[in-house]
Amino acid sequence: MEQGAREGDSRSQTDFRTRVSARHSLDHVFTALVYAATAVGLIILAVLLASVLRDGVPRIDWQFITGYPSQVLPETAGIYPALLGSLWLLGLTAVISVPLGIGAAVYLEEYATDTWFNRVVEINISNLAGVPSIIYGLLGLGIFVNLLGFITGPHSGGQSILTGALTLSLLILPVIIITTREALRAISDSVREGGYALGATRWEVIWGHLLPMALPGALTGTILALSRAIGETAPLVVVGALTYINYAPTGPLSSYTALPRQIYFWIEQAQDEYKVLAAAAIVVLMAVLLLANSVAIIIRNRYQGRT
Amino acid sequence: MAVVTEREGRSGAWREGSWKRHLRERIIKVVLMACAYLSVLTTFGIVFVLIFETVSFFREVSIFEFLTTTEWSPTQGSFGILPLVWGTVMVTIVAMTVALPLGLLAAICLSEYASERLRSWLKPALEILAGVPTIVYGYFALTLVTPFLKDTILPNLGSLNALSAGLVMGVMIIPTVASVSEDAIYAVPRSLREGAFALGATKREVATKIVVPAALSGIAAAVILGISRAVGETMIVAVAMGALAQISGPLEPLQAMTAYIVQVASGDTPRGSTLYGTIFAVGSTLFVMTLTLNIVSYWFVRRYRENY
Repeated sequence: MEQGAREGDSRSQTDFRTRVSARHSLDHVFTALVYAATAVGLIILAVLLASVLRDGVPRIDWQFITGYPSQVLPETAGIYPALLGSLWLLGLTAVISVPLGIGAAVYLEEYATDTWFNRVVEINISNLAGVPSIIYGLLGLGIFVNLLGFITGPHSGGQSILTGALTLSLLILPVIIITTREALRAISDSVREGGYALGATRWEVIWGHLLPMALPGALTGTILALSRAIGETAPLVVVGALTYINYAPTGPLSSYTALPRQIYFWIEQAQDEYKVLAAAAIVVLMAVLLLANSVAIIIRNRYQGRT
Repeated sequence: MAVVTEREGRSGAWREGSWKRHLRERIIKVVLMACAYLSVLTTFGIVFVLIFETVSFFREVSIFEFLTTTEWSPTQGSFGILPLVWGTVMVTIVAMTVALPLGLLAAICLSEYASERLRSWLKPALEILAGVPTIVYGYFALTLVTPFLKDTILPNLGSLNALSAGLVMGVMIIPTVASVSEDAIYAVPRSLREGAFALGATKREVATKIVVPAALSGIAAAVILGISRAVGETMIVAVAMGALAQISGPLEPLQAMTAYIVQVASGDTPRGSTLYGTIFAVGSTLFVMTLTLNIVSYWFVRRYRENY
């Protein structure tokens, strides 16, 4: 643009004007381009959702939710075991990962001093957040499956809901830690100092003041992390979620399948009936995710109003 | 800790259970510390499992053969990982061809063009793209994108191919590229923009000739992070790209490293067999690749943080 101005000086006034107007029309083109590029992603998202809804919704009925998968009759197949498996995974993963994640965040934000080891821990956590989920699957296969298989016997515990939940917990821990730390960091130091001034110990300040204040942020991050866990397929395939199961899981040590695993299995089948089943199961999965995310937003808004 | 001990020394009658309190504090600190150090243990776990299984795999198969030969069919005894790397690279190139321009333009849109109100809608909406489970993207690529491309411009496209897997993966990565780039663009000082405006630059010129060059190291970080996502992405390639480990163009079915791991793990593979070893050897390769990319990306982020 500097060049344009200099050229304008040496040439006639009209020449300069056309250059300016050309530059401005190029500006309009660029503005349109920028908005169009942003819209592309959103349009594709809309098309994706619309196509899944179109394929899947007609197939959803009560029988689909409460029925069992079928190897021979896709018309009567249901997702009951997969849905229960996913809920079990969700519950166990939450029980394991939330206390660990919040505990780690509190330590790193409130206790840890600036030693080299604590710096290693921090860098390590941000690195773990970038490890592909399938690698966590390999970790689960190499350690949890073998360990639990060893403890409970080769045919029972190895490939159980517990191993799946442990694997998913490690997968989402970095996210929970990072978001909880951000929430804690946002709290003003005057809260801490006020607490200490009144004679509270460090933990009393954390438990009584910091955690309640950090709750909306931590909860939002945790719910988002858990919804990521519900949607994960690859690590569950590796740690041995089953593809065909005709009973509901009974406890943490029972073998299981999960919604995404079931969807993957149905997508892989050649017949079109199975594709429809996959679409219907995707609709259910997306509905669960939407519910989880709405809850996160509601919680955040509600608590934000208070503080 | 020091603070607590000091206060402990001054304990008065109103705080009878003081030593109990002190003990509780110590226990809690140790428990919390254990939570934090668990992450280091996780890393050790990953590295240990990968190295342990990979080393025992390389006792049977030469590492030289693994890294340099171009034939991958473990059941027939050929263990050249290059076709799998090729599949991963191919789908990553397609994905980044989509995600780099769209993500960067979206970042410019969010930070330079959109009004505050529009931005508060657009940003979360774009983030949804990253929250959709990848198996759903796989379904989308297989049942919608491939048939669409086949009907319109590429009648010879196979039902499994790297092109649609890559295109859909690119869409998935848009928010990653957009949000990291936007952070970098946001960090560019206002004075640079205003200086350029004062010299008569238009908005487009400020965005493309001032802001983007100034944020370049952050944008590089975004792109590398995007590549790392693409390399590690599993379900899209497992569903839509096929399971044929070969070196050919993006219109053919290919097999990515992640897809291979999933394919073998879905079957019943006895522990300790060579086939079982392959998934860890491939996993190690994948881990080294993504770790390197993440570290390089982190390095770029630090560079722009230092600059501004």
